Amino acid sequence: MGSNRRLSADPLGQKQREPISNTNLLLTITICTFFGMYGMAMAVWGSGFLNPQQFLDLFNNNAFLIVVSCGLTIVMIAGGIDISVGGITALVTMACVVYLDDHSGSVVGSMALALGIGTAFGLVQGFLISYLEIQPFIISLAGMFFAKGMTTIVSVAPRTAKHVAFLALKQFRIVIPGIGSYGKTGNFIPARVELGVVIALAVVLLVYAMLKWTRFGRNLYAVGGNNQSALMLGINVKRTRFFSYLISGVLSGIGGYVYLLHTGAGNASNASAAEMQAIASAIIGGTLLTGGVGNVIGTLFGVLSLKTISNIVIASGLREPYWQSITVGLMLCFFILLQSVILSIREKGGMRKN
Amino acid sequence: MPNDIALSMRNISKSFPGVRALHNVDFTLYKGEIHALMGENGAGKSTLIKVLTGVHPKDAGEILIAGSNKEANIKSPQDAQNLGISTVYQEITLCPNLTVAENMFIGRGDYHFVNWREMGKKTVEILEKLNIPARSTQQLATCSLAVQQMVAIARAMDMECKVLILDEPTSSLDEREVEKLFSLMRELKARGVGIIFITHFLEQVYEVCDRITVLRNGELIGAYDIKDLPRVQLISKMMGKELDDISEIKNSRVSHARADIPPVFEATGLSSAAGTKAFDFKIDQGEVNGFTGLLGSGRSESVRAIFGADKVTGGKIHINGKPAKISKPKDAMKLGIGYLPEDRKQDGIVDDLSVRENIILALQVMRGFFHPFSRAEAEKFADEYIKLLGIKTASMDTPIKSLSGGNQQKAILARWLLTKPQYLILDEPTRGIDVGTKVEIQKLVLKLAEEGVSVTFISSEIEEMLRTCSRLIVMRDRNIVGELMQDDMTQAKIMRTIAGEAVQNG
Amino acid sequence: MKSQLVIPLFALLLLVVFNLIRDAGFFSLSITVNNNGNSVLSGNIISILNSASELAIISIGMTLVTASSKGQDISVGAVAAIAGSVFVRVLREHNITWPIIILAFLGGCVAAILCGVFNGTLVAGFKIQPMIATLILLTAGRPIAYWINGGATPTVDSPLLGYIGSFIPGVPIPTPILIVIVFAVLVALILRFTNLGLYTQAVGINEKSARLNGINAAGMKILSFMILGVCVSIAGCISVSRIGLINHETILLDIEMDAILAVAIGGNALSGGKFSIAGSVIGAYIIQALTITLYAMKVSSTAVKAYKAIVIIAIVVLGSPVVQGYLLKLRDKLFQKSKKALESQAYGE
Repeated sequence: MGSNRRLSADPLGQKQREPISNTNLLLTITICTFFGMYGMAMAVWGSGFLNPQQFLDLFNNNAFLIVVSCGLTIVMIAGGIDISVGGITALVTMACVVYLDDHSGSVVGSMALALGIGTAFGLVQGFLISYLEIQPFIISLAGMFFAKGMTTIVSVAPRTAKHVAFLALKQFRIVIPGIGSYGKTGNFIPARVELGVVIALAVVLLVYAMLKWTRFGRNLYAVGGNNQSALMLGINVKRTRFFSYLISGVLSGIGGYVYLLHTGAGNASNASAAEMQAIASAIIGGTLLTGGVGNVIGTLFGVLSLKTISNIVIASGLREPYWQSITVGLMLCFFILLQSVILSIREKGGMRKN
Repeated sequence: MPNDIALSMRNISKSFPGVRALHNVDFTLYKGEIHALMGENGAGKSTLIKVLTGVHPKDAGEILIAGSNKEANIKSPQDAQNLGISTVYQEITLCPNLTVAENMFIGRGDYHFVNWREMGKKTVEILEKLNIPARSTQQLATCSLAVQQMVAIARAMDMECKVLILDEPTSSLDEREVEKLFSLMRELKARGVGIIFITHFLEQVYEVCDRITVLRNGELIGAYDIKDLPRVQLISKMMGKELDDISEIKNSRVSHARADIPPVFEATGLSSAAGTKAFDFKIDQGEVNGFTGLLGSGRSESVRAIFGADKVTGGKIHINGKPAKISKPKDAMKLGIGYLPEDRKQDGIVDDLSVRENIILALQVMRGFFHPFSRAEAEKFADEYIKLLGIKTASMDTPIKSLSGGNQQKAILARWLLTKPQYLILDEPTRGIDVGTKVEIQKLVLKLAEEGVSVTFISSEIEEMLRTCSRLIVMRDRNIVGELMQDDMTQAKIMRTIAGEAVQNG
Repeated sequence: MKSQLVIPLFALLLLVVFNLIRDAGFFSLSITVNNNGNSVLSGNIISILNSASELAIISIGMTLVTASSKGQDISVGAVAAIAGSVFVRVLREHNITWPIIILAFLGGCVAAILCGVFNGTLVAGFKIQPMIATLILLTAGRPIAYWINGGATPTVDSPLLGYIGSFIPGVPIPTPILIVIVFAVLVALILRFTNLGLYTQAVGINEKSARLNGINAAGMKILSFMILGVCVSIAGCISVSRIGLINHETILLDIEMDAILAVAIGGNALSGGKFSIAGSVIGAYIIQALTITLYAMKVSSTAVKAYKAIVIIAIVVLGSPVVQGYLLKLRDKLFQKSKKALESQAYGE
């Protein structure tokens, strides 16, 4: 990543600062926005925001969204889109519950099932999009329909997991010593983090590493940036695209499992708006839908920002649910315009330099 | 193969349906030389390069590359690259969203994990060796276009290419950037790389090249050392006219231009965002004037500025003596100006629409959104012009994309004739059209002039211009370098003006 | 008949045949007496045509937007909620008479057109991809609809609305179907008496060339979004009138997906250019027919989605350039084989 700020000399002997890359610029804006928002919230509304548990709950409640958004980030970097992630998540929750409760499955088995479902979707969608060259929007739309439909076929009614071993896993908490809040009776309740958060953060780190240090990861950027050039540079564009969708599918499977760990229930309406929230998170985090630019750290902060905005809206007294979505919409609008403006300035500057 | 030859192409032939693009063409490139490949449109330059880089398979002939006695079998761009042939196109072939270092190394080699430090170090070495002003960690998009091209060349060089093809690398560069590019090219030359330089800029060819190969109409005209080929001879070979041979085809037509009334169109200081420098221009009623010069000399950009096709950045305009403002094509159309674009595929035809729809399009727009032509009216118009220009089409409802290039051109011409303009701009109207129709079009232009229509005619064929125009504006390298009238309008004079040599006696 | 209508008509035919095989009486019509004492037509055909009304109207607008902007508008459901909310709000604040209903409808139209201008400006002015630009209203639209009525799910009580949403007394055909017919005729007239079709297609096929012919490309794009706004508003008002209330969360939920599908099934390229409104409308009815067929087969409403998905995939896979190219090669090979067979017959014996 490193934006190298050493001065460089150009042929005329003028000193220039090397400009910060697009990716880093957008990332910086996102991170600043998040901390700015949270800081302001702490200052203005105190109470809840000063409670470390509330901060951690941002992660606890949205771990699945983090995982799924990472998958979407990967796909968007390569220039594609995947709106099936919410549907796959719902299907995985339902299928795993039914497997655990009705078929006395094992916890490990349920994890394998989740991965299997995600992989299957990823394989089929990836093939249809990159090798048959069909528009990703339509294919992933069909994928979403299919997943949501299958969820009710697996079980018409919502189901709550009763599997003992699984519930144990669900209840598992990591306690963070030293920080916490005081309960009503004056007891110190240490802050807790759910298992899903650990998985989510692990995914973020793994994806980050992949994007930065593996050949495949860099190929994603090349393909998204200019797929004609990528082809000429010797990259197998079709294969790269295929794998981006495959990974997104797998991550949707993992995300579904994380969702189940959090709610313990399978329901067709789970994660119903997840795909749009994931896309919004990625965009806020600095990933361009046109491809070639993006990073998962930004997406992580995008998710956090998205959810913090909702909390701020509630705290400021606008309790009706519609205010949250309206503010999210405004935020999205701001970031989309910002991206568009920055890019066009950059492009003009680059072309006419010197 | 002799040791000092980098590339040898022999007897290359290639045909497309209906067109013989290359016929028995030879091309030899020595190691450590910069070799210009020149020819006007349809000469076969791009086909030759595409055959060499594996975009099109050749029909006949053989290609030999240094270091191997076997004939090279090039079936794809990857093959070409593996054999040591690298190409840098006018459009960027790298990924602007990646850093310089990444662009240098991506897609090469067998690695699985990226070692940023190693990559950065190697890149810095390469950049310093070749004196390229960029940082290895810089995002490519923030480098100027010239530097981007240099990085592309550096990559090719690092891949140890034997042949480097530079396809129009200087079109978007300013003078300083061109100099940097040239010094890089000379550096490569010193290392024994053979460079094929394709460009329209005459001066640049003479500045940096060692040899020139000229193609015309798909055939090899010859390969020459630069010092043996003065500019004027180069022009004459490219255009197919021998200097001594010309029977001094003078312009003998009677001019119908009306000098007594204000000019139909007059512009001072007209400049556009497409890079035309400010120029003055006027044309009288009934006058036919021409813009000539090599392809790429700025003719199209100038007339596009007149029509408002590119963003106009300065200048004053008068139509029939009255001040007017043209900021977009519709303004020009309302003032009675029509424009047949040079690139009919990109700017002319609307390929999925029918021939009829394409023909009536401009007139329809002038009529207005709420006044569509009835089917009968539209058919009448289309029919009239299909007959008049002899457009060969299965029916007027056939999508225009299935017509041959020449017939498409006729349809676009019909479109503008239909608007009955007072000033018609034709940019290469006869390109890709059969000889018989070329003559028809020239006659049509003369008839229009007789009827009082002013015409600006751009063509690379000097005879056409001589037969129709009464005044010729000569351009070279984006500048107007001369204006010829009456007695001055001889083939020899024109070519000398294009070439820029001192004007001798006529 | 345009060749692009072949596949959609064929698909429709398949559906019809399938249903007839499964249940010969599927398409029977009968006259029944409805709640208001009117005798009306009923039957599966009527159900299909009736319930597809909103989709058909929106598909018309979506076709134009796809054709000119080379992308899709995913905010139509949300904007329908906004238009419907304005409609309800105006109605609730006045005595409901026909002039008021018209006023309310116009109010909804204005709201929807403004949304269209917003989307259109982002696309044409800021050069943002349509799907991203419309993501904003998709997120904020339904909440805005909720806010217009101060929350809750307001109801509107008036027999006049029944005229719009169900039947006009004395007319046996449900009114929404009639509205679709009237609107379709209106659109056809507009296409006939203006250059909307020609300009939109020119902009979608080759924007550069369109500009050089004097067409205002940005204007055409914004216009197509505005027309979609009108379509959306009509659909929203019909939807409200059916049940006499507006639920901002569920009104026309996911209709954007169905509309995009209808456009694609209708043979229109999702990447813009030439279009056929008739194709999209047929596509809309195919989607609805498929849904009703599945209901008749006792498939639950949520499971229907899975079947829809399979049909979609089948259609787009068949239409994909790779598969088309493959099929052409196959056809040529078979053609060669039969030619050779004929030739060898001629020479052989």
